[in-house]
Amino acid sequence: MKRLFKPGLLIPIAIIVALAIWPLFSGNSASAREAMFTLIMSMALASSLNIILGYTGYVSFGHIVFFGIGGYAGFWVITHLGWHILPAALLGGLVAAIIAWLLGLAVLRLRGAYFALATIGILEAMKALVINLDFLGGPVGLEMHFSEYKRYGGPMESLWMVYWSMAFLAILVIVVSYFIKTSKFGLGLMAIREDEDAAEVMGVITPRAKTWAYVLSAVFPGIIGVLFFFKNGNIEPGDAFRLHFSIEWIVMLMLGGAGTVLGPVLGGGIYQWLRKTLLTSPIFKDYQLVVAGVMLLIIVLFVPTGIIGWVRTRSAKLRRIFE
Amino acid sequence: MKILEVKNVTKRFGGLLAVNRVTFDLEEGEILGLIGPNGAGKTTLFNCINGVYSPTEGQIVFQGKDITGLPTYRSAHLGLSRTHQIVRPLNELTVLENAMVGACYGRENMNLSDARETAMAMLEFVGMADKAELLAGTLNVAQKKRLEMARALSARPYLLLLDEVLAGLNTAEVTSMLDTIRKIREQGVTIIMIEHIMHAVMNLSDRIIVLNYGSLIAEGSPEEVSQNPEVIEAYLGDPELAERLLEEEKA
Repeated sequence: MKRLFKPGLLIPIAIIVALAIWPLFSGNSASAREAMFTLIMSMALASSLNIILGYTGYVSFGHIVFFGIGGYAGFWVITHLGWHILPAALLGGLVAAIIAWLLGLAVLRLRGAYFALATIGILEAMKALVINLDFLGGPVGLEMHFSEYKRYGGPMESLWMVYWSMAFLAILVIVVSYFIKTSKFGLGLMAIREDEDAAEVMGVITPRAKTWAYVLSAVFPGIIGVLFFFKNGNIEPGDAFRLHFSIEWIVMLMLGGAGTVLGPVLGGGIYQWLRKTLLTSPIFKDYQLVVAGVMLLIIVLFVPTGIIGWVRTRSAKLRRIFE
Repeated sequence: MKILEVKNVTKRFGGLLAVNRVTFDLEEGEILGLIGPNGAGKTTLFNCINGVYSPTEGQIVFQGKDITGLPTYRSAHLGLSRTHQIVRPLNELTVLENAMVGACYGRENMNLSDARETAMAMLEFVGMADKAELLAGTLNVAQKKRLEMARALSARPYLLLLDEVLAGLNTAEVTSMLDTIRKIREQGVTIIMIEHIMHAVMNLSDRIIVLNYGSLIAEGSPEEVSQNPEVIEAYLGDPELAERLLEEEKA
């Protein structure tokens, strides 16, 4: 219980809660809600990626594959079997987790750049597969009838329900991320990140630890995928398996600080704010991804540990505040 | 009681015979020196013993249990720890966290708070307690070697494999490291050490085995081994040949 009242956990949760309730106090609550949804979703996704990339040191480039897989699984049971959104979301997470476990058996044997390339390969293969599966709608994807929202009291109510679910999920991701970071399991993951062979010699059961990390990092994107596409009303392969979206998560994570709990929250926030500013500026609106690329380059060259990582290297005292 | 039996262990890398039918036993509480010229297969033998490599042939028995070909983390759980010739600190973790990994995942499978206590005690033991909160990447070589030692000891091993812990240390550091190794033995830990600094290994070891080109060429007390002509030859070349060459030169 003592672990719950630590600044390392409370700061990121406070940030998310503050962002989540912002639309209630904002004049234009619908547009504020949409903006906050994107923001909080980015934070949750970057935090999930952090478990495998930041803690374990395995750069999963095509991590959005789990967002897509979960999204398709959930969307299909909603439209075809008439499931309620919440169990459907959980199913999305479960399917993503199972696929991650199976894929992990194969690709987690690879290290470094080979693993990163393999994850891109998996993403593209999955996209090609889904495009060719008729029951998932092929290249067109699936659509949800507008009347589906009636069940939850109408479109407006549905959007709010999805919004609050997203906020709750983001907090859950932070809690899980924090507990991993401060646990024995997390210590083993970080040992793997620093030197996998040395970790193994010290007794870390590396295949098992890596698989768990991969599965945990896939569950939440799977659930979030269902919420996102339910809100959208349709799902198609191009949206579900978009590589550059996946790379944006990496930028957020690297910006805030991979391997820290607060990093992806901060990085996700800054990145989305920057993106919004660029998209609405007349000069930069077409070059938004160029800026993201340049930013990633600058981070990797000059602050490879990210903002929070950099702050943490300053002193042991700061390390106790920012996990 | 025998803690380790190495029986006819062979390790081949393609055409290279790195370890060739090596057999030896180790008594509990003993310090065994493992020496030999560069490239003799000493580290490879270590890697076979603790499961980093699976031997091509032969058998390794640890405390009566056959551990041949077990993954290296299993032998760590059984109580076999090692240090690395080329230090492998977990750079972005603190010194304390490094040692805690050893404690958490070692023989006693401790929880975090026990591990913290044990790790701290071991850091104190090797004289690194004041560095506990530093990131391991910031240490110098001598400190990193001590950290390797603390990490291995935090696992509370029965058998400790030390791979050149003295290499690269200055005289004062060697002396204090020798002290540390003696104290480890006093705690009942059995040790095999690979070492190139002869006075150290001769002083410390109860028994020495010598590898050359992967084969065991001598075994015995430090005195016996240091006078064994085959060992002298392995290190210095054939003494008779040297004499002959000298005479030829004179003539």
